[in-house]
Amino acid sequence: MNSEQALNRYTLRLADNALILAQRMLELVAAGPELEEELANANFALDYIGQARMFYSYAAEREGQGRTEDDFAFMRDEHEFGNLLLLEQPNGHFGDALVRQFLFEIFYRHLLDALTQCADQRLREIAARAIKEVDYHCRHSSQWMIRLGDGTGFSHARVQASLDDAWRFTGEMFVADDVDKLMQDGFDGPDLAAIHALWRRDVGKVVAEATLDLPADEWMADGGKQGRHSEHFGFLLAEMQYLQRSFPGATW
Amino acid sequence: MVATDVSKAQVMEWLASVPDPEIPVLSILDLGIVRDVDVQSTVTVTLTPTYSGCPATEVIESSVLAALKQHGVDDIVIKRALSPPWTTDWISADGREKMRRYGIAPPTPSKQVACPQCESLHTERVSEFGSTACKAAWRCRDCLEPFEYFKCL
Repeated sequence: MNSEQALNRYTLRLADNALILAQRMLELVAAGPELEEELANANFALDYIGQARMFYSYAAEREGQGRTEDDFAFMRDEHEFGNLLLLEQPNGHFGDALVRQFLFEIFYRHLLDALTQCADQRLREIAARAIKEVDYHCRHSSQWMIRLGDGTGFSHARVQASLDDAWRFTGEMFVADDVDKLMQDGFDGPDLAAIHALWRRDVGKVVAEATLDLPADEWMADGGKQGRHSEHFGFLLAEMQYLQRSFPGATW
Repeated sequence: MVATDVSKAQVMEWLASVPDPEIPVLSILDLGIVRDVDVQSTVTVTLTPTYSGCPATEVIESSVLAALKQHGVDDIVIKRALSPPWTTDWISADGREKMRRYGIAPPTPSKQVACPQCESLHTERVSEFGSTACKAAWRCRDCLEPFEYFKCL
């Protein structure tokens, strides 16, 4: 793999992260606990769909084989998706979904920030556009972490359990594989070790204010970026890709 | 008509009649999303999206095509510019006034949002998120009217 190929793969991973998280959030539409959250969730999911489209369109242009954003989203199999395992985990209860957003968004915010400085112009531009949206996503999920953690004994215990449960999926974000390294060396891409430190600082601050305990780093799951997904992912794709699988090429 | 017969000013005037599909009292010029118009052998209109996932983006692109075709321009290229990213600072003063008259409080850096109906500053936020990504739900505590506020971005 050369650095140009790594950039293609990297762009697809960014697209897959945004799309798969959006798909999970869209499963919650019309199931929000209150009106404001219902609207926030749908608005945020739309932001992620928009970001996924920008990344997929760029990946399609770079590949130059006539594939479109829709082909990437709807006509690929599990092993071809490079999203993080964290994002494909089932929604669970509100605290579970919130913790997933929170842990990812703080990471994604710093990743986009680093991408605004990378050597690839288009990724720089998409990152500068997306970061404005992810800023308010971070603010929102951080507020909820504090509200639930520092809320009642019941909400505290529930969200602590969600945090403990999700923690094993966070290690993968910071393990640089060949694609990450080529992106870093070839295009001044994100330094995942530096982002890890920033993430720990920001997550730690919110978790402390929420009176929660930061889980210990024990065994971490990985493989999502390389296309080795958890058992939930096939079901997610089966629902998301149903139409194009049943009626290939359908448009409206 | 071939594109070289039209001037940039003429094209801008035509674009001033293309409405934003979600807030139709605003034109796409009021909204500040037309970044450039270049008239050569083709007319190139550069637009920037407001939010990444804004569903209005594609409607706006087809409205621009339709508006220019209606005036006889056939060679049109629509470009999307992501950088610099759109900000509510680009909404024109005229656009803000139209928005207010339409019943939407325009974006303000101040924490106090004036009611678009009675201009009272005695208002409160009901929900940070509203019917579209760009708006929040507010209510006036004097005239009691609920209203939408166009958030700063």
